[in-house]
Amino acid sequence: MTINSYLFWIIIGSGLVTWLPRIIPFIFVKNIQLPKVVLKWLTFVPVCILSALVFTNLFEQGDSMAVTLNLPYVFAFIPTVLIAVWTKSLFLTVALGVVSMAVIRFIF
Amino acid sequence: MQQEAVHTQSKNSFIQGAKDCIPTLLGYLSIGFAFGVVGTVTGLSLLEVALVAIFIYAGAAQFILCALLVTNTPALSIVFTVFVVNLRHFLMSLTIAPYVTRYSTWRNIGFGTMLTDETFGVAVTEAMKSKKIYGRWLDGLNITAYVSWIIACVAGGYFGHWITDVEKWGLDFALVAMFIALLVLQLSETNKSKLNMYLKLIMIMFITVYILLNFFSTHITVLIATLFVATLGVWMDK
Repeated sequence: MTINSYLFWIIIGSGLVTWLPRIIPFIFVKNIQLPKVVLKWLTFVPVCILSALVFTNLFEQGDSMAVTLNLPYVFAFIPTVLIAVWTKSLFLTVALGVVSMAVIRFIF
Repeated sequence: MQQEAVHTQSKNSFIQGAKDCIPTLLGYLSIGFAFGVVGTVTGLSLLEVALVAIFIYAGAAQFILCALLVTNTPALSIVFTVFVVNLRHFLMSLTIAPYVTRYSTWRNIGFGTMLTDETFGVAVTEAMKSKKIYGRWLDGLNITAYVSWIIACVAGGYFGHWITDVEKWGLDFALVAMFIALLVLQLSETNKSKLNMYLKLIMIMFITVYILLNFFSTHITVLIATLFVATLGVWMDK
């Protein structure tokens, strides 16, 4: 069990800059009534952020910054969406999504 | 009416929150384990792997930290990169916070401290479904996720020497599959008249992400694309 003190401070610093953006909205929103338009804007955030997280994974950034499709992920994306729509189950989608990915890796 | 009461009661319990975390665990455990392996290979001790999991508690940022340590990046650049990578949490917290304003500031700080992409997804789906989030339920969800993450990271660091091929088993896709499921669940909770608009926004998101990735890193892309498309949504919904 060892710890390097230089690394320790990097971990503490990184922890702090991760923690603050997580808690500030909770303190802020509790004490201030957000304007209607901001609340409306926030209703769009979940779908936007989730689809952004999915789509950034479907692409690959090459060395020359050329953006291409990450084909194995795109192939796994299709059955996973169908499973999600069909089952509406988080667990089944994750489990069968992983299986589809394993099958695709096995084939290619 | 009675069913409503049962629903409220179950969603007000810590145990139910812990149960609702279970579907996300495959993602947590496999990614956390993978981090432990990568951390050990990078040269982190088991204690350091645990500290990273405890203090940073964010998948992508932890991997990037390792990558930057290997290339001897200056400390300030590492901290700044981690900050940028995790800035999306600000938007997630801002979305969840209005549902829990009735709880004390300390409890709110607790809710924020344990917010991740995964718990955000589960909590926001619950908020959409029942228009309410209970503190005990949220604590159950958050603490289960937090403890599982730390255990998975440490286990990866401990057993990492034997298992290295996470990709071969398709486990790297667990996180993407989870985001897909959460997105579909979100859409299935919206009413028909809005669904059409959401589908349009998602198509716009695809193009926006593609364009932005030509200029920015993945994490900046998520941030800018969300700000842009959510604003477009408000404007289209007039």
